[in-house]
Amino acid sequence: MADIRNLALHDDEGVAARASAPSTTGDPMVPRRYAITRVRQDTRDTFTLMLDPVDGGPMRFRAGQFTMLHAFGVGEVPISISGDPRGADEGAPLEHTIRNVGAVTRALVNAPPGTEIGVRGPFGTSWDAPDAVGGDVVFVTGGIGLAPLRPAILDVLAERDKYGKVLLLYGSRTPEDILYGDEMRRWADLNDVNVQMTVDNAPYGYKGKVGFVTELIARAGFDPRRAWAFVCGPEGMMRAAASALVSRGLPPAKVRLSMERSMKCGIGLCGHCQLRDVFLCVDGPVLDYARLEPLMNVREL
Amino acid sequence: MGDIRILNPPDLGTLIAELRARGYRVMGPTVRGDAIVTGEIRTVSDLPRGRGDTQRPAEYRLTERDDRSFFGFAAPAISSKPVFFPAEEVIWRGRRDHDEGHFTVERDRPDAAPIALLGTRSCDLRAVQIHDKVLAGRMYEDAHYAARREHTFVVAVACGQPAETCFCASMGTGPRPAETNPETGEAAYDLLLTEVLDEHNHHFVMEIGTEHGRQVADAIEAGDGDEHDHARALEITDAAAKRQTRAIDTSTIHGVLRASVESSRWEEIATRCLACTNCTLVCPTCFCTTIQDVSDLAGDEGERHRVWDSCFSEQFSYIHGGPLRGETKSRYRQWITHKLSSWEDQFGMLGCVGCGRCITWCPVGIDIVEEAAELTRMSGLGSGAARS
Repeated sequence: MADIRNLALHDDEGVAARASAPSTTGDPMVPRRYAITRVRQDTRDTFTLMLDPVDGGPMRFRAGQFTMLHAFGVGEVPISISGDPRGADEGAPLEHTIRNVGAVTRALVNAPPGTEIGVRGPFGTSWDAPDAVGGDVVFVTGGIGLAPLRPAILDVLAERDKYGKVLLLYGSRTPEDILYGDEMRRWADLNDVNVQMTVDNAPYGYKGKVGFVTELIARAGFDPRRAWAFVCGPEGMMRAAASALVSRGLPPAKVRLSMERSMKCGIGLCGHCQLRDVFLCVDGPVLDYARLEPLMNVREL
Repeated sequence: MGDIRILNPPDLGTLIAELRARGYRVMGPTVRGDAIVTGEIRTVSDLPRGRGDTQRPAEYRLTERDDRSFFGFAAPAISSKPVFFPAEEVIWRGRRDHDEGHFTVERDRPDAAPIALLGTRSCDLRAVQIHDKVLAGRMYEDAHYAARREHTFVVAVACGQPAETCFCASMGTGPRPAETNPETGEAAYDLLLTEVLDEHNHHFVMEIGTEHGRQVADAIEAGDGDEHDHARALEITDAAAKRQTRAIDTSTIHGVLRASVESSRWEEIATRCLACTNCTLVCPTCFCTTIQDVSDLAGDEGERHRVWDSCFSEQFSYIHGGPLRGETKSRYRQWITHKLSSWEDQFGMLGCVGCGRCITWCPVGIDIVEEAAELTRMSGLGSGAARS
């Protein structure tokens, strides 16, 4: 029997490659160059990259969208944008908060200021937090999950008076892993945000709450009849949070989650991020729990 | 019935020469490595004349026929997929100035030489239509695919030689191609050949699909045919459809797979499936890819490659923490559910054209038709019309 792997397409002449226009052609597979202006260390393993465009104007994006960040010669990873959606108009850098867990993220966070990296995007759906105008808003998140949610929180705080109660329920593994701690304190003090924090594990003598963030939902002070919830974290945590929110009386359609999957293209072509019929890079990453519930409750779907 | 012409065997060489003279790179069936594959056709001698094949689960054999037919075989081992969607290609090349931290990127674009498909089966023609939707008919398009697909000329072949593994008739994709692409309403082929070969005759009934096809037919001075020739062509494909023994019930399969998500069948299949990825490589519609960044030792010259990937590989679903589909049963479920169910939700069509390649090239002979039938039986959702 012939081995299918050796039967390459009969291709003597080949498809001659010809270099053409540079990266400003609008091909979404070709990165735009951004220069790293600053790398801020947030926790022991988490860093925020500040980026300025090298060619073209600032990137306009919607809260919840992600980009593909490319460390030259190393590779590319999908990372949610963590900056203020209004920042582009004010000349603010493009912000991504990254956990240093792999070869690409290590190269990104260790790059000295001035280094150029490749950026494709923005891609994907938005939290569309302003759908909650007139009601209460509950953000539930854990660990670095706060980073993709931050633009949505900033959307709400930009027009704080249009919303009822705003709650931020945040969990982290240990007190050392708390992300954006100073900023959460400011949101609580200046923006009337009810911030509740909990940690999974704490050293002896820790004064704060210990336990899972999802356990805060049952007693959180919001009106489920007029509330929206935005949840971001590990999949098990999101499933538990969404379930607890629905138990409180929120309709699943008013609970939005941001899903993480392997993504190679960001534009619905590579197939990696499929969750049954959903391409999470273009149909998501933000989707409501009404759509996601049947997909999240099957193992390895 | 449209315009019918008759092509005699020597005219096939004239047709190839005419297409090449018009600037096309002609791609069609040719023998390579003990199999019929899709490759470049420069002269009529590149076609697998007098060759046939035997295809069964986990078996492919190239055979010698006792006639002089040009298209006396079933689905080639390699479809037309790589003609427009190569297994590996460079998307861009970059260069970095290490000291300054700058880099530049130059996009690669495919050669614009248009392709003429020659001898493409109805199953594979449908697969190209499916790829047109998946890769170039949505929010974002694969720029390289779209560039290669521009100005394609199609000489399709109505299939008279289904293999034991074929089931295009049940999928509604063959053995005679539909005249129009159901998604776009455009003509599905420029020319359609049906090979007529018996004790007394050897010729091709040629149907004209487009004005462009007519110009080519006129240029090679193909003789006129009539109603009887057309009727003879239809008889050949009707007989080919009747010879197919495998069938999937497309009226129920979408719901069957939706309902089978927790079926015990997956565990059973996983005892046989090697997760070798062969089925996804030979499938004419599988489109998943990954990205590979290739660089020199200094890391200053880099290329980004887009390469075929497979949902059967462990790293396909890898995110930090591990693969999301760690078990083979989850990967087979993903593959067959995508082909026969989710594809319809995503693209409004099924992702299987019934070519049977995944059955032939599976090293352990896992049969998508048999699995679909068993899942249908176990779900109790069959229409009663399904074979089991």
